[in-house]
Amino acid sequence: MSTTTLDAPRRPSTPSAAAPRPTKRPFPLVRHSLALAKRSLIKTWRTPEALIDVTLQPIIFLVIFVYIFGGAVAGGTQEYLQFLLPGILAQTIAQGAIAIGVNLNTDLEKGIFDRFRSLPIPRSAPLVGAVSGDVVRYVIVTISTFAIGYVMGFRITTDPLSAIAGCLLAILFALCLSWVSVFVGMKVRTSGAVQGIMFLVIMPLSFASNVFVPTSSLPSWMQTFVAWNPLTHLVASMRGLFLGAPLGNHVWWTLAWCVGLVVVFMPLALRAYRKKV
Amino acid sequence: MTTDLVIEAEGLIKHFGETKALQGVDLSVARGTVLGVLGPNGAGKTTAVRILSTLLVPDGGRARVGGFDVVKDAERVRQTIGLTGQYASVDEDLTGRQNLQLIGVLLDLGKAQAKVRAAELLEWFDLTDAADRPAKTYSGGMRRRLDLAASLVGRPDVIFLDEPTTGLDPSKREDMWNVVRSLVDDGSTVLLTTQYLEEADALADEITVIDHGRVIAHDTPDGLKRIVGGQTLEVRPSDLSRLEETAAILRQVSDGRADEIRKGVLAVPVSNDEAMTATVARLAAAGIAVTELSLHLPSLDEVFFTLTGRTASEDDTTTTKEVAA
Repeated sequence: MSTTTLDAPRRPSTPSAAAPRPTKRPFPLVRHSLALAKRSLIKTWRTPEALIDVTLQPIIFLVIFVYIFGGAVAGGTQEYLQFLLPGILAQTIAQGAIAIGVNLNTDLEKGIFDRFRSLPIPRSAPLVGAVSGDVVRYVIVTISTFAIGYVMGFRITTDPLSAIAGCLLAILFALCLSWVSVFVGMKVRTSGAVQGIMFLVIMPLSFASNVFVPTSSLPSWMQTFVAWNPLTHLVASMRGLFLGAPLGNHVWWTLAWCVGLVVVFMPLALRAYRKKV
Repeated sequence: MTTDLVIEAEGLIKHFGETKALQGVDLSVARGTVLGVLGPNGAGKTTAVRILSTLLVPDGGRARVGGFDVVKDAERVRQTIGLTGQYASVDEDLTGRQNLQLIGVLLDLGKAQAKVRAAELLEWFDLTDAADRPAKTYSGGMRRRLDLAASLVGRPDVIFLDEPTTGLDPSKREDMWNVVRSLVDDGSTVLLTTQYLEEADALADEITVIDHGRVIAHDTPDGLKRIVGGQTLEVRPSDLSRLEETAAILRQVSDGRADEIRKGVLAVPVSNDEAMTATVARLAAAGIAVTELSLHLPSLDEVFFTLTGRTASEDDTTTTKEVAA
């Protein structure tokens, strides 16, 4: 930057004679969150390697599990693929929620949130925006899982509308689970720790569930956990919506978990964010 | 006549656990002026800025910015201020233009206005060529400029600059100074923190020196220099055998005595800017060649030594403990 350039074009208007102060527009949280969600999307677009977890993992897991365990667990790879795909989708989508806590934790270290916090926008907007922007990751998981599933021979046996409802339910669940990840991201010091803690949360949820095996094969003490496990209900809902398995109350249980996660963890995350120095 | 105070803080207190970051700090800045807050690392400068810019709530005391209380009316304060942090807070994955447009949209300028404003600022900060590259490809100086540009999107009346030149090389520092000067010419009020007396002297109308969370001096740059001593002229003759002759000349141009501060380097306090020219003329007349001739303001360490009797870098745990008790 040369001194001459600085002198030449004056700042177009002096701050005191400022252009009319922007008038207050309605729904600041929604508008500002959307603007910040767009920021997340641009970031995702710029760093496609950050999408590896949600694109390659379902592919690898499906291939490995179907061909290794298929014969032993379900008596055939085709049957097991039908059984496993909704489970893998739920597992990957849940793990996809880890990234947001990690990313926000890194963002906080960089000071970009100081800028947001010094602006006259709702304090929660940067978090709500980041969580909303992550929808695109969950959509990619879903597409990626179905794409490889179809190549391997998976078929939806219900109707497209039910299938879409199943996918939306999974994405909704991931958005709600994100708040746990955001909360952890606000609480711990390093992004590595966020990853570690969230992995410890997601791991038992994915394995002590109906994702990989029918729950009837599990010991009875574990079945109690499995019956409460939100992933169990999500997977059962998807099996119902994709394959016509009995739905029971699983969709309601899943929705109840969604509400519960948001009601508990969103305020906690926002509070931790406000306190974060 | 009452002065129009844009920033006024009284008795600000902030503790982080055992660390007493601020122990009752008063600050005041009149409209259209620059206050330099001078202090070493850990003095509490950044904490004060974070309180005034509503990022932190003080444990005690009160502060008003643009007439609004930073705690009760934080939202109004945020509409008045621009903040440039110590660590350039730009989004590295976004381009320079996207960074500025995002801030514009968040400030409710509307999409079209946000675009216009972003382009204006990019032009003004000489970033137009780099506007559409991700900020992570920017050099340190460019990042600082983008960060400063981001804080100006909303045409704030009050601008906080937290160590705007730390880590910049000297030529870039001058550029940043020019930017600050033109902001003030345009009517902005600026509070800037710095570790360099030279910087505060170059930019500020008044200087507040803080140390261990307390104000230890407040004065105009000239007043402060009267206390801590003005400039020092340092001379190193090429021929060491002529050190005595050089010292004699230095004594003539100044009223002080010439000390040998390092091997072969003489230092003498000078009170006016002509001393340098006079010295050069007399040295030339005496035929004394020099390898080094420079004019210095006291360093932060020297300022602190004069004001507190100890150096800024000394970690004075005993004082802190006593205060804590």
